[in-house]
Amino acid sequence: MNNEIEEAPLSTTAERRAVTQVAGVAPGQEWAIVARGLKREYDMGGEIVRALRGVDIAVRRNEYVAIMGPSGSGKSTLMNLIGCLDTPDAGEYWLNGTLVSDMSDDQLAHVRNKEIGFVFQTFNLLPRSTALQNVELPLVYAGVGSEERRARAKEALERVELGERMDHRPNELSGGQRQRVAIARALVNRPAILLADEPTGNLDSRTSEDIMRVFSGLSDHGQTVIMVTHEPDIAAHARRVIVLRDGVVETDERKETFHERLTAFGSSVVG
Amino acid sequence: MRFYEAVRLALSMIRVQKLKSFFTLLGVMIGVMFLIAVVSIVEGMGHYMQDDLMGKLIPINTFNLRQTPNVTLGGVDRATWQEWQRRPRIKEEDIAPVLAALSPGTRAAVVSQDNLMVESRYVPKPKQVDASNVTAPWFDIKKMGVTEGRVFTAQEDALGAPVVVIGTDVASYFFPSVDPIGRELKVGHIPYTVIGIAESQGSVFGISLDKFIVAPYNSPLKRLTNRHGVIDGIMIQSSDETTMLANEDAVRSVMRTRRKLLPQQKDNFVLETSDQDLEFWNKIKGYLVVAGIALPAIGLVVGAIVIMNIMLVAVAERTAEIGVRKALGARRQDILAQFLVESATLSTLGSAIGVVCGIGISAIIASVSPLPTHVALWSIVVSVMLGAGVGIAAGVYPASRAALLDPITALRAE
Ligand SMILES: Nc1ncnc2c1ncn2[C@@H]1O[C@H](COP(=O)(O)OP(=O)(O)OP(=O)(O)O)[C@@H](O)[C@H]1O
Ligand SMILES: [Mg+2]
Repeated sequence: MNNEIEEAPLSTTAERRAVTQVAGVAPGQEWAIVARGLKREYDMGGEIVRALRGVDIAVRRNEYVAIMGPSGSGKSTLMNLIGCLDTPDAGEYWLNGTLVSDMSDDQLAHVRNKEIGFVFQTFNLLPRSTALQNVELPLVYAGVGSEERRARAKEALERVELGERMDHRPNELSGGQRQRVAIARALVNRPAILLADEPTGNLDSRTSEDIMRVFSGLSDHGQTVIMVTHEPDIAAHARRVIVLRDGVVETDERKETFHERLTAFGSSVVG
Repeated sequence: MRFYEAVRLALSMIRVQKLKSFFTLLGVMIGVMFLIAVVSIVEGMGHYMQDDLMGKLIPINTFNLRQTPNVTLGGVDRATWQEWQRRPRIKEEDIAPVLAALSPGTRAAVVSQDNLMVESRYVPKPKQVDASNVTAPWFDIKKMGVTEGRVFTAQEDALGAPVVVIGTDVASYFFPSVDPIGRELKVGHIPYTVIGIAESQGSVFGISLDKFIVAPYNSPLKRLTNRHGVIDGIMIQSSDETTMLANEDAVRSVMRTRRKLLPQQKDNFVLETSDQDLEFWNKIKGYLVVAGIALPAIGLVVGAIVIMNIMLVAVAERTAEIGVRKALGARRQDILAQFLVESATLSTLGSAIGVVCGIGISAIIASVSPLPTHVALWSIVVSVMLGAGVGIAAGVYPASRAALLDPITALRAE
């Protein structure tokens, strides 16, 4: 990636406020994600659960953001919206300058394929397919021919240092290796943003550190990363931390500021 | 996702679950197997009836003017039989007017026939033999050649020469150790000279067609086969099908005129064709075809239900997979296609195995029973298409359920 992006500074609170407060206006190309007043409610048999109650978020290209917050605060719901797996009940969501909040299902599928790379807590690899076949999947749906597919999938696996394990099935791989296959799969179609919902939730701390090193490396090379985590140690790898509480953004600050508060007030700042 | 990739994916799914797939396919397999086997029997019998049986009894483009049909394969009811018996016989006087009405290039032979006692000095016991006296064109019409000697000429017929052409069975029975040509054979006590041995006519349903003798129409035999100027019939062979129809019309109108039949009266003679004689076969064929459709249909319906259930289970089991695929960019149509192709591939595979089994059964039937079988290419094509069709039909509901799954709900399934 080029140096200009690499050296791009974090977005400031003022810039973010500016870009999220103007409803209906397309954000500039420097913004990977702009969400304005996102709402999402679930109907649980008559009882309405308001999972998101008006979320404003703006993420610049090449930012590395951690989303924290107590259980049930709406982190996964937000990630699903950002990842175009779900659509908001109210609000607008711009991805790379395109309004996706009212796209059709098939258009969303296309966006997921081209712009989004997902990494899940439970890896979600296809159990009967090899690592290579798993990584090829997004390219299958992108209509890439089999030879190019193989080549690109191999390359992606090599980037996560799994070149040797390509023909192994998920049950022949360790948790960390599985997650790296999932990362390779998320990256193979060169998405604009990498989304990870508790990517280290099922991993021990050493393996978690490995995965975090992979993420940092990607971020250093210009990849936009948004990651949900419960663990402050993991969040420490990001450059910016957003805390959700009861379906709204409570704080959105530089990692350093977040850590100062964390040291001062303890873990109550996230839980 | 491209089609062949979908098929490959489907095949790999089938491969991992061989046993389950096999049982899933059983219905379609058995259905198709029956289809192939029944059709092969129907076709085989059809070929046999048309080419072998009827070809031997009534040659192509040929009809017989007779009092009653010579061949009644299907059997007749009492009333018809009685009506037949009341009909006047065909007479020698009818011959000339009938022959005069035929189109040029048409062959015709007068035929009289009976079963007569035959004896030779080489065998102590006489034996009943199918004996005919016919006019010379008979050999041409029947395309009957000789393996030894010759057939008789029109001249010999005109002169009433006591010469006879015999079938191979007759030759071997009455002349076990000598060459029959030139030897004497007594037909109904009348001495005849053997001049030819006809080439073997084969057999139908295991009955030999070589137990016959044939002599000139005007030879002395005539007194024994039919008296009082009566004949059994005239065999008329036209050059082609259209001419045959014209000849039939001509002969019918000559006969009706001669017998002074009123327009509302039915023919009191028969113009017997092989098609007519095969009518009964067409009836049987109808029943067989119904069975041939009903049995496979049951199999296919059962097969479709099983496949649909298996596919529903597959969709339920692989909900998480569907979620992952959707998260990675699969559209509804991709998921729909994946499961449709899977169930179509499954079912086509079943029908392919069914085709192989059906051909096997057909071969077994042909070798252990007298039933001739003939596997029809169209039945294979239909089977394979039916297989794919059943698979698609059975897969529509499960596949659309998969396609309509909400990605998040699907992802959360374990
Ligand atoms: N499909 C759903 N149906 C009904 N309610 C839902 C659904 N998904 C989430 N919720 C509710 O919405 C709220 C937010 O859920 P969400 O999964 O976003 O929380 P989270 O912050 O990811 O929590 P955790 O840290 O436990 O993963 C919760 O109250 C949850 O019960
Ligand atoms: Mg969550």
